[in-house]
Amino acid sequence: MTSVLFDAPGPKAKSRYLGFGVLATLVVLGILAFIIIRLIESGQFTAAKWQIFTFPLVQRTILEATVATLSAFATAAVLSLVVGVVLAVGKLSDHKWVSVPCYWFVELFRAIPLLILMMIIYYGLPTIGVQGISPFTAVVAGLTLYNGSVLAEAFRAGIESLPKGQREAGMAIGLRKSGVMINILFPQASRAMLPVIISQLVVILKDTALGFIVTYNEVLFQAKFFGSQAQYGSPIVPAAMVAAVIYVGLCLILAGIAKLVEKRLSHSKKLAGPVVPAAPASVDIQGGGA
Amino acid sequence: MDLFVTGFQNTLILFFISAIAALILGTVVGAMRVSPVPAARATGTLYVNIVRNTPLTLVLFFFALGYPKLGLPPIDFMTAAIIGLSLYTATYVAETLRSGINTVPLGQAEAARAIGLTFGQTLSLVVLPQAFRSVIPPLFSVLIALLKNTTVAAGFSVAEAGAIRANLSERGEPALVGLLWVALIFVILVAGLSVLQRYFENKWRVAR
Repeated sequence: MTSVLFDAPGPKAKSRYLGFGVLATLVVLGILAFIIIRLIESGQFTAAKWQIFTFPLVQRTILEATVATLSAFATAAVLSLVVGVVLAVGKLSDHKWVSVPCYWFVELFRAIPLLILMMIIYYGLPTIGVQGISPFTAVVAGLTLYNGSVLAEAFRAGIESLPKGQREAGMAIGLRKSGVMINILFPQASRAMLPVIISQLVVILKDTALGFIVTYNEVLFQAKFFGSQAQYGSPIVPAAMVAAVIYVGLCLILAGIAKLVEKRLSHSKKLAGPVVPAAPASVDIQGGGA
Repeated sequence: MDLFVTGFQNTLILFFISAIAALILGTVVGAMRVSPVPAARATGTLYVNIVRNTPLTLVLFFFALGYPKLGLPPIDFMTAAIIGLSLYTATYVAETLRSGINTVPLGQAEAARAIGLTFGQTLSLVVLPQAFRSVIPPLFSVLIALLKNTTVAAGFSVAEAGAIRANLSERGEPALVGLLWVALIFVILVAGLSVLQRYFENKWRVAR
């Protein structure tokens, strides 16, 4: 690995780095060993504590909880993308009566903690007579409002980062404002903002875990339920481990998909994209003229 | 009203202590990830990748409910919440700083090496001070997220702002009003942080 931060190590430095490396490894291994020994000594790895996870029913429940997490994630992801686009377009609108409310909407929902938002929806709204709020609705609505606002900012930044010529060219060929937005600005902006959008999707996936507090029946909720089964020795630590593996796995899969999509898109960008330098194009025109 | 005062006091205590701990730990981890020692790089990467892909709720879940079962010296919920929040936020600080280190022009690090500074000196005297300035906006986003994340601790019975609701509804007061007040105060706190961010941005603007 080359880095500008340090010279390529010579023989002396190499042995010194090796020393540091061994030291660092020892420290890390020491910490890990301490944790694992603590876990073993307090009996977290005894078969009795893990037995509960061997029952097919429990496994199916965990699977169902994972599906519940994923369905909340998928619904919220789609909705917040839509809300994000609408708000971003609204904020960029030329009409004050559209852009100002959109601005305040985004600022407001970005500042309220997501958990408080979910609680307002789940515990607060029924008290003023709004009926039929299920935990699922509360989780999805909370996630949508919050992440929609965050995504709106991302989209807006993406659109504003485009060269001004794009918009002007669109206007020049006679597209309307909506046409310019839909056909020209938006596709480029969403491509440029893809990394931000993806990392926000990972945030949505992780934040579904907050649904546990408004009693939505997802992975963490089930983990707590199984973790407090006294006849299996309250396996709360094993349950947390199972949940952690599920979440980390899901997030890594999502990140992997994201990388794939990004590769695809950046590839097609090279073929048809806006970043093709101007020189070949002008040569082409001249060639056509001659 | 008393409830609000103690609640937000705890929110602010949680926020400040975790923020400082996360900044320190994040800087260390960020430095580890660019260091010449492969073992340190691997450790930093592993830590960041695992914790960043775990929901904060789960981290706090472990510290609040799992930790007491380990037979270690008992800690109160407040400390547990601070440890969880710091560990979680530190990964974000580390990633932000690493991207900041990348924005510092190559010549700076090269010049530092040319005058014979070691890696530690290069990083702490030349690169990091500049990196910090350029990452102030994302760093404040991380801090704002931390401020909002303190409410998650409420789910694990730290008596802070988010827990006000539970108390209010026990007294039979309308939950909605209490929650809206909590939301409003958070909006104000976040606005305060944004003002602070703008102040630091202007004060430490990188002149290039």
